[in-house]
Amino acid sequence: MSEMNEKLVFDKPESVIDRATHYCPGCHHGIAHRLVGELLDEMNLAEKTLMTTSIGCSVFLYNYLNVDAVEAPHGRAPAVATGVKRARPDHFVFTYQGDGDLASIGMAEIMHAANRGEKMSVVFVNNTVYGMTGGQMAPTTLIGQKTTTSPAGRCQATQGSPIRMSEIIASLGGVAYAARGSLDCVKNIRAAKKHLRKAFECQINGTGFGFVELLSGCPTNWKMTPIQANERIQTEMIPYFPLGVFKDISEEGGIC
Amino acid sequence: MTKQPERIFVKGNEAIARGALAAKCKCFFGYPITPQNDIPEFMSTEMVKAGGDFVQAESEVAAANMLLGAAATGIRSMTSSSSPGMSLKQEAISYMAGSEVPAVIVNMNRGGPGLGDIGPAQGDYYQSTRGGGHGDYRHFTFGPGTVQEAYDLTIRAFDIAFEHRTPVLILGDAILGQMKEPITPWEPENIDEEGGKDWAITGRTGGREKRLIKSLFLAEGELAGQNRHLQAKYDSWVDLAECEQFETEDADLIICAYGSIGRIAKSAVRKFRKEGKKVGLFRPITLYPFPSAELKALAEQGKRFLTIEHNLGQMVDDVRLAIRTISDSEFFPIYPGNLPTPDELEEPILKCLEGK
Ligand SMILES: Cc1ncc(C[n+]2csc(CCOP(=O)(O)OP(=O)(O)O)c2C)c(N)n1
Ligand code: SF4
Ligand SMILES: [Mg+2]
Repeated sequence: MSEMNEKLVFDKPESVIDRATHYCPGCHHGIAHRLVGELLDEMNLAEKTLMTTSIGCSVFLYNYLNVDAVEAPHGRAPAVATGVKRARPDHFVFTYQGDGDLASIGMAEIMHAANRGEKMSVVFVNNTVYGMTGGQMAPTTLIGQKTTTSPAGRCQATQGSPIRMSEIIASLGGVAYAARGSLDCVKNIRAAKKHLRKAFECQINGTGFGFVELLSGCPTNWKMTPIQANERIQTEMIPYFPLGVFKDISEEGGIC
Repeated sequence: MTKQPERIFVKGNEAIARGALAAKCKCFFGYPITPQNDIPEFMSTEMVKAGGDFVQAESEVAAANMLLGAAATGIRSMTSSSSPGMSLKQEAISYMAGSEVPAVIVNMNRGGPGLGDIGPAQGDYYQSTRGGGHGDYRHFTFGPGTVQEAYDLTIRAFDIAFEHRTPVLILGDAILGQMKEPITPWEPENIDEEGGKDWAITGRTGGREKRLIKSLFLAEGELAGQNRHLQAKYDSWVDLAECEQFETEDADLIICAYGSIGRIAKSAVRKFRKEGKKVGLFRPITLYPFPSAELKALAEQGKRFLTIEHNLGQMVDDVRLAIRTISDSEFFPIYPGNLPTPDELEEPILKCLEGK
């Protein structure tokens, strides 16, 4: 086949920097990064983006996306991003946070940024563990799930129940869009990208706060192969964390 | 466009808020706590009128992190609190020092530890001058003694913050915050409202290289390099140390005191001078950098020292460090919960003067 006939059908988005990542094989953070990068390109947002990164396995996100960024302390990204957006209201502002970061130490910050209806977007990567620190129990860890700090499996009676963040966020007044997607298969990845686009649009047209949860695999800390991890999302996570849109007022013309 | 001198009668809290607006502060993030509430209350309306933004945060943790975010974009921004709230802000202050974000923070010191009381105190001196959060850092700290000085130093704090890419703390107390005095407000000229042109995150418009505001330095040797860079910056501040010296020239005994206590001590010094007693006042205006050289020069003249603080002995460490090869300082504590009068300071001063 001559070179002339070859057609490039899949390429790296411009907003994603061409370099190896530090992620484990089968980790879904890379997929989440790519979806964000594709949308920054497609929506022509890269030059006006001010990203707030968080503390977790994705702490080096700022090395992978070609946008300006500020690094927030653990859990504080929604507060930091509030400051960024209030100071630079014409820019596109988003946070990228793990489940330990957002649903545990940063619970107050995410709830209040959402409730104030900050015009920002949140990408929430839920892998049911503290990935970076070595697989400890997270607020999203499923009942019975073994982690390094729940070696016998999470016990509801003493350790509480996994928190469904998308549903909680959807209940708050300032929220324009809240949805849960999954990164386990192509079909779900495509749906997840649609959620992200909707959330980004809510910020751009000033409708309100946009929140997208992404069920993600952490094969390393789940002690699984990447394929087993994908299966676990289907069989264990999605039944507890249902996929779908929990709130969408983008069609209704916004909130004050 | 310097305004005609006009006198206004305001509390220290309001003077600081007005000073910030004069310095073109555009974002304020607050949380209620006595005795600083006048600052967020004033800002909630006046900041918005001035074309900026005000957020009542969900906590001091959040307020300080909002400050980090806003200031990272190069916009002049501020938060204020009092002692218990300051403990919560330390996380973000450490990050701001580590990622070199310029911002102004106000602490109207109240009694502690714990919930303490809501009265004046100087128990946060260590926290304010040693880097109150984790890691090896310092930040610039002003200790205004009058309402006018609070106004003036707030304006200066923004300049220092941007010139040196550092958080700057204004350390007052419940006396300064709540006391009303006439002041002459003024408007600084030629403020660069886009002060972070070469570092702030403002978007990659025009295809410029991306910028990162971060304090994580994992690669081998990187953090040591950052620590060295930060320390060199802190060392360079030594020339920016400021103090007030009152009747020190021929004094035998120098009272060292800062902030409101410096002012009360000054009244006592005035009274002793009327009686012909050779007492002077050394009042640090910058608490970090501490005006050590000026103090040492006084020690070299053979003077004796008495440090008076509204705590159990914190700044006295800095006094002793400054004069350690030559002399020493006596210490007199005023316990939090009391509002000291000049008369109460006379006895300890007299004792020292007479060498008892
Ligand atoms: C104040 C503070 N506490 C604890 C830590 C340690 N820490 C780093 S990452 C992390 C958890 C990350 O888990 P998650 O947010 O779920 O992200 P993941 O790594 O799973 O993507 C913790 C606890 C920290 N950096 N700062
Ligand atoms: S530990 Fe888990 S979340 Fe972190 S990089 Fe590895 S697979 Fe991904
Ligand atoms: Mg996680």
